[in-house]
Amino acid sequence: MNALTPFDRPNSYIGRSVPRPNAKRLLAGRGRYVTDIVLPRMLHVAYVRSPYAHARIVSIDAQAAREMPGVRLVATGEDLAKLCTPWVGTMEHFKGMKSPPQLPLPIDKVVWSGQAVVAIVADTRALAEDAAEVVSIEFDELPAVIDIDAAREPGAALISPGLGSNLCFHGKIDTGGIDDVFAGAAYVVEEEFHFGRHTAVTLEPRAIIADYDASERQLTVHHATQTPYQFQDIYARHYGIPESRVRVIAPDIGGSFGMKLHMYHEDMAVVGLSMMLGRPVKYVADRIESFVSDIHARDHRVRARMAADADGNILAMDVEDVTGIGAFSAYPRTSVVEGNQVYRLMGAPYTFRNYRADLQVVFQNKVQMSQYRAVGHPIACTVTERLVDMIADKTAQDVFDIRSQNAIPDDGYPCTSPTGYQFEALSHHACLARLREMMDYDGLRAEQAELRIRGIHRGIGIATFVEITNPGPAFYGVGGARISSQDGAVIKITPTGDVHCLISVTELGQGTETIIGQIVAEHLGIDRDRIKVITGDTETTPYGGATYACRGAGIGGETALQAAKKLKANVLAVAAAILQDEPDRLDIHSGWIVDAATAQPRIELSEIARIAYFRSDTLPPGTQAQLSVTHHYAPQGYPFAFTNGVQACHLELDVETGLVKILKLWVVEDCGRVINPLLVDEQIRGGVVQGLGAAFFEECVYGDNGQLTNGSLADYLVPMAVEMPDIEIGHVETPTLDTQLGAKGVGEAGTAAASAAALNAINDAMKPFGSTVAQVPMTPARILKALGHI
Amino acid sequence: MSELVNVTMTVNGNDVSHNIAPRHTLADFLRQTLELTGTHTGCEMGVCGACLVVLDGRVVHSCLTFAVQASGSTIETVEGLTERAVIADLQEAFHQRNALQCGFCTPGMLMTAYSLLEQPGVPSREVIRDALSGNYCRCTGYEAIVDAIEKVARDRAAVAHASAPEEVLG
Repeated sequence: MNALTPFDRPNSYIGRSVPRPNAKRLLAGRGRYVTDIVLPRMLHVAYVRSPYAHARIVSIDAQAAREMPGVRLVATGEDLAKLCTPWVGTMEHFKGMKSPPQLPLPIDKVVWSGQAVVAIVADTRALAEDAAEVVSIEFDELPAVIDIDAAREPGAALISPGLGSNLCFHGKIDTGGIDDVFAGAAYVVEEEFHFGRHTAVTLEPRAIIADYDASERQLTVHHATQTPYQFQDIYARHYGIPESRVRVIAPDIGGSFGMKLHMYHEDMAVVGLSMMLGRPVKYVADRIESFVSDIHARDHRVRARMAADADGNILAMDVEDVTGIGAFSAYPRTSVVEGNQVYRLMGAPYTFRNYRADLQVVFQNKVQMSQYRAVGHPIACTVTERLVDMIADKTAQDVFDIRSQNAIPDDGYPCTSPTGYQFEALSHHACLARLREMMDYDGLRAEQAELRIRGIHRGIGIATFVEITNPGPAFYGVGGARISSQDGAVIKITPTGDVHCLISVTELGQGTETIIGQIVAEHLGIDRDRIKVITGDTETTPYGGATYACRGAGIGGETALQAAKKLKANVLAVAAAILQDEPDRLDIHSGWIVDAATAQPRIELSEIARIAYFRSDTLPPGTQAQLSVTHHYAPQGYPFAFTNGVQACHLELDVETGLVKILKLWVVEDCGRVINPLLVDEQIRGGVVQGLGAAFFEECVYGDNGQLTNGSLADYLVPMAVEMPDIEIGHVETPTLDTQLGAKGVGEAGTAAASAAALNAINDAMKPFGSTVAQVPMTPARILKALGHI
Repeated sequence: MSELVNVTMTVNGNDVSHNIAPRHTLADFLRQTLELTGTHTGCEMGVCGACLVVLDGRVVHSCLTFAVQASGSTIETVEGLTERAVIADLQEAFHQRNALQCGFCTPGMLMTAYSLLEQPGVPSREVIRDALSGNYCRCTGYEAIVDAIEKVARDRAAVAHASAPEEVLG
């Protein structure tokens, strides 16, 4: 007889690949996205946008638009400013940070090309666009601040004169004595890296319907967002509506990746427009509007040095990061978080203790830059991992060997990084060993050498990474941002013994509802298909942070686990009263109360529910059955749960054309306890492909005058199926001991290191030519330039 | 405003007739007039593939087709293919393989897969990837979609093989 596995226990769902129940309606074309929703008397808004990157608004003539068919309202910045208080995207823990106040629509000047200036509300979107055509705005063009160096020069034109400079934030980290370490090092390598701006390109663009009912002072917002509670807070505060009268509903979301958790001017305006009209108003960005108003990400120039001793032991890093964030800092999460994570995650996998970094966050007349999947990670990872490869070149070491030699030992935890991050337990060495075996590294190197003789140039790139997940209040709360780091769940048993779980973490297609269902089913002791998980509605689910920074499984999952245990205790208390037994001698298996020792069925859960709800008169006196529980959980141990892993990229470079064929990608990842391997692997694969997009294709290209020159899906390239490789994934599991569940996050891991592995692979392929590249995306033109062909 | 024009077509087996503005695309007509919201618009310029529908047996971008151009034709959307159960195996394979996340691209992906698998033979992974290259997906990284389509192609071929008369198989 085979030995029992943990999966042989009843209702053992944690660790099991199960498909997502809520995916079936999406497959049937029955998804309900905000773009699909139609409300009675609903109107549509179109915006007139600025053609200039920086200009004074001299006058607005909208009379002709007001007379167009179907137009119900034309509103300007002044109209909305009467209803909405300004917002400022700063946080107190970024000392000295500054940003200009923002309003839904501008009053006196525009600060990026594509900024919405006038709102036209009409019976249909098409009629609103017709009317937008006849609005006449006189602008007085100002010098556009585009370049991150020119922006910081004395005498540069100022985007916000009141702030005194174009510098949003200046941060420094210095462990001391860096110059001496570099002066005494056997090897020093240095490089200047450029990371292009790119953007999320969710397949469903941003979409929002605001529905204000003046009779009850009730605002209901159907909002394609990951963070409904955050927006409930924002709409309530800035429009002066009591929080209890603001309901934000996030139904099916067509992709988010961090992009849909920021405050956008157009979205804020929609709320005010609905208040002015007393009718529902819908805004759906078209694709061109998405490119000129969704947050962009990255846009960093990093100059970095790494020092090593004669044996290839890394001694120090010295980093200067300058990042352009647009004309103001995003709200409410700011545009400093990415730079902050860039300069704190540098070198994170390695043991060296000497570190100096300078971060400058710069205003410019471009679209706002803020958090997008794997915030800061690809930059920190690419810089670190490229410099490690350059040290390996100097010391003639293999790329695996130098990483094994320098990575923090797997038994070296807990420890703290030179930048102040506390690591509970990581597994770089186990991951490196697993990767080397999975990819047949030695075989690939032999093949590479053989093919080079035949003029075929393949490259192998490795990138080790650390990912920051499960942020506690140190992330936003301490900076004064009203963004929760805790989550809440309500679990209730229905009269037939089914279960509803209402939880504050949200579903974006990554499988939140599925894993919450798995956790509740396992810890309550019922079949998974008897649980319905409900998310994305501030009026029905408890308050919480929702989904960002990979917190759904680690924090949301732990919330669900603890809530399920609490409910189970309540059920067993009632069962014990009915059965005249002790609660600790009972258990629940597959919806039955059983004898804990023998698993003998005693009474069905549905029978407990029936008695509790309909025949409470038959319960022993004093028994009040509590078949619903509410539970909140906030992380209290380490400030963050760090995960780690390593990726390898294998590709073939055509040195005549600069075209690249990505042959394969491997990822070994340690996200702690894996709840659903199927979903975890697909998170990683999707993340890798976004990372490869940044590595090879995706870039928001601006002209000198601040015009985005490729703002359409025909011009801005995103990865297609035929360009992407198969991706093999392995796991090492180091559960966090901060929680009972042990899960950390996994959403950013794929994106964190894919571009670094790709960049190292390209440099490996170009090695025979003595060429190097340190800029992403690595377009054919940039590769040919590096090779000296153009 | 321009005059309304009549469009008449068969959509998912039902005859429909509406007077609409001539500038309405087929995607607008399906989504807004007929409330068939399974068809999505992601770029409205024929690039992303979220709006694909079957028009007289061919898969077309409903965002690039005016509704008036489709007048007189027979249209099938994801809702229709679902009701006819002709993509039930694809939907099941997508579900089991988790070949979708947000699901916004999925109806278009199913259209492409449906059309690809109408061709004889079992397509290679390269051919599947090539066929899918008019469909953008930002969530999955594509591999699971390729796996799901490959599985259905093989399963269908196995069924065809098993049920084919012996003399045909030689």
